[in-house]
Amino acid sequence: MLQPFYHIGRYMILIKSMFARPEKFSMYWKETLRQMTDIGIGSLIIVGLVSLFIGAVSAVQFAYQLGFSTVPRYYIGYIVRDLMIIELAPTFTCLALAGKVGSNMAAELGGMRQKEQIDALEVMGVDTAAYLIAPKIFAALVVIPMLVILSAFLGMAGGYVACVYGGLVSDAEFMQGLRAFFVPYNVFMMVVKSFVFAFVLTTISCYQGYYVQGGSIELGKASTSAVVISNIMILLSDYIIALLLT
Amino acid sequence: MIRIEQIRKQFGEQEVLKGITTVFEQGKTNLIIGKSGAGKTVLLKILVGLLQPSSGTVWYGDTNFTQLTAKQKKSIRIEMGMLFQGSALFDSMTVEENVRFPLDMFTNMTRGEKKNRVNEILDRVELSGSNKKYPSEVSGGMQKRVGIARAIILEPKFLFCDEPNSGLDPTTSIRIDELIQRLTIENQMTTVINTHDMNSVMEIGDKINLLYFGELAWVGNCKEVMGSDNEILQDFIFASPFLQRLRDAAQTGKRLS
Repeated sequence: MLQPFYHIGRYMILIKSMFARPEKFSMYWKETLRQMTDIGIGSLIIVGLVSLFIGAVSAVQFAYQLGFSTVPRYYIGYIVRDLMIIELAPTFTCLALAGKVGSNMAAELGGMRQKEQIDALEVMGVDTAAYLIAPKIFAALVVIPMLVILSAFLGMAGGYVACVYGGLVSDAEFMQGLRAFFVPYNVFMMVVKSFVFAFVLTTISCYQGYYVQGGSIELGKASTSAVVISNIMILLSDYIIALLLT
Repeated sequence: MIRIEQIRKQFGEQEVLKGITTVFEQGKTNLIIGKSGAGKTVLLKILVGLLQPSSGTVWYGDTNFTQLTAKQKKSIRIEMGMLFQGSALFDSMTVEENVRFPLDMFTNMTRGEKKNRVNEILDRVELSGSNKKYPSEVSGGMQKRVGIARAIILEPKFLFCDEPNSGLDPTTSIRIDELIQRLTIENQMTTVINTHDMNSVMEIGDKINLLYFGELAWVGNCKEVMGSDNEILQDFIFASPFLQRLRDAAQTGKRLS
């Protein structure tokens, strides 16, 4: 019954222990750059594909909903843009990244724990929470918002291709919709979400991997838990941000 | 020198170490031996600070290691090197990068100085020319030597080895033992080895600590093993029927049947 409190407490302690003075800044920077490449370049294809398709599907579905109503057709562009910016780009991108990046982080740290590599670093005098986790979180906080912004653009591009080349609206109508009723605050909301989701998915995944005990079955479970718990917490924080910022 | 006093460790109801007091001497290979479950690994982890004892103290020279904070322990840990049972090499790094890691992390040496130092250490562990190989591309014995090279590259005062012979054939095992002993003497390190390899016990055991169900059952050196009448020691050393026959043959002067 007290198990969730135990995990929350240990998670908080791990987060706190990350903020230690680096033994050598250049080593931490090197590790951060490696993580940025892994997260950023390594996730371009999945983020690109997810974004293009959800943008295209949103556009086609909304065109279908409009049917023969009197709502102007250019609203399709407007709806796709705002859907992507406010909700789909940050949430879908981070849910996809929780599966790809989160499970990878949990497996990497868990593997290091099992092969005593974390113990080896500890004995050397390296602050393992700081050296192994902080660069991952910093890299994610830099790269994931960029991926989310890219996702929003690609979603709109997907909607454009589906609508214009699918004969649902003209090029001029879709572009008119993309420019209509633009509220810059929505972009701010998207960026806030992307920062929060990036922090949530990396810290939870690292926590799951860092404390793995046992063998390959436990490592698999930790990797799965990283994805499941990250997804749940992303959706929960999405709801909280929506309540707070709208 | 490392001195431990009344070290106890409990996991829940189970007491794994029951008040161990001993000294690990400088310039000597100090062995911790005992059956599986005797508490050897727990004791070694307490020595390096990966586990906190339930009670008792670990002294590194005049410093009470057990009372230090995590930050304070770092200053002692810089003087430690450890060889892990599975070598614990970083898979994504080459042999050279693995060995160089402590230099990268803790020194301000130039690239050239680091390269020279790495080559010098690899030469000492007889691994010259393996710089660019990955851990998965070298044998178990070579991995152990890479682990030793990484452990000694900062010239530690204290070297810890957890089962350095596990998974190795007898010949490679002897080479690893000889290497550790040679480095211990050359660098005047306090070396602590956790093992149940009989060859290590008989060949490099400058000081042997026998653990038996969490208690220190016998202390001595390799020359005293054969003459000891400690039953626990004799049962442990001569557990295999072959060694028993060998001992009987030596005592009676008859040929081994």
